[in-house]
Amino acid sequence: MIIAMIGSLLVVVGSLCGVVGAIGLLRFPNFHARLHAAGVTDSLCAILVLTGLMCLASNGFIVVKLLIVLFFLLFSTPTASHVLTRTALNAGYRPPMRKPETGE
Amino acid sequence: MMVLSFAAAAILVVIGLALVRAFLGPTIYDRVLAVNMVGTKTVLLICVIDILGGNSGFLDVALVYALINFIGVIAMLKFYADEGRGEDADLRPGHDMSGGESP
Repeated sequence: MIIAMIGSLLVVVGSLCGVVGAIGLLRFPNFHARLHAAGVTDSLCAILVLTGLMCLASNGFIVVKLLIVLFFLLFSTPTASHVLTRTALNAGYRPPMRKPETGE
Repeated sequence: MMVLSFAAAAILVVIGLALVRAFLGPTIYDRVLAVNMVGTKTVLLICVIDILGGNSGFLDVALVYALINFIGVIAMLKFYADEGRGEDADLRPGHDMSGGESP
């Protein structure tokens, strides 16, 4: 019973975290800020939602499958963000930086 | 099970917002980022629907979808890295993409 409550809480928090990331993806002003919003919240949302589903699962086989999905998402999501950033940087998209006050 | 319905609805809202960004996105990389987010959230949605419906076969579908999503994003980025700078001629390198605010 208490495990089901913890699982429900984790699922709700993970869903809200995903909504926050989507709002950041929609409203941030440039590509690198949007990449930050999406890349940070993707991992956290996947961890929270899949851990909550593991608490809510009925038998151990489903838990093992959810664990496999979670581990694959934990490896693939940062790799995709890294490849996306590297490709954009190689194509010439630098993050916008403010010039220092003293120098040029 | 009310919680799982809420989670599924929230994930659908996330997918909708990411699709808006994928249609709006000024560069090709914004679109790839949004499509990657849609794929990840679809994996989570399949897992939630699996637990909600009590059908354990959907988790295999989620795992295969995660694999195909990752391979698809890598293949799309490899294509645009080889092909050039994407479709948006106004946003080629040399133009800044600082979103209107000049430094």
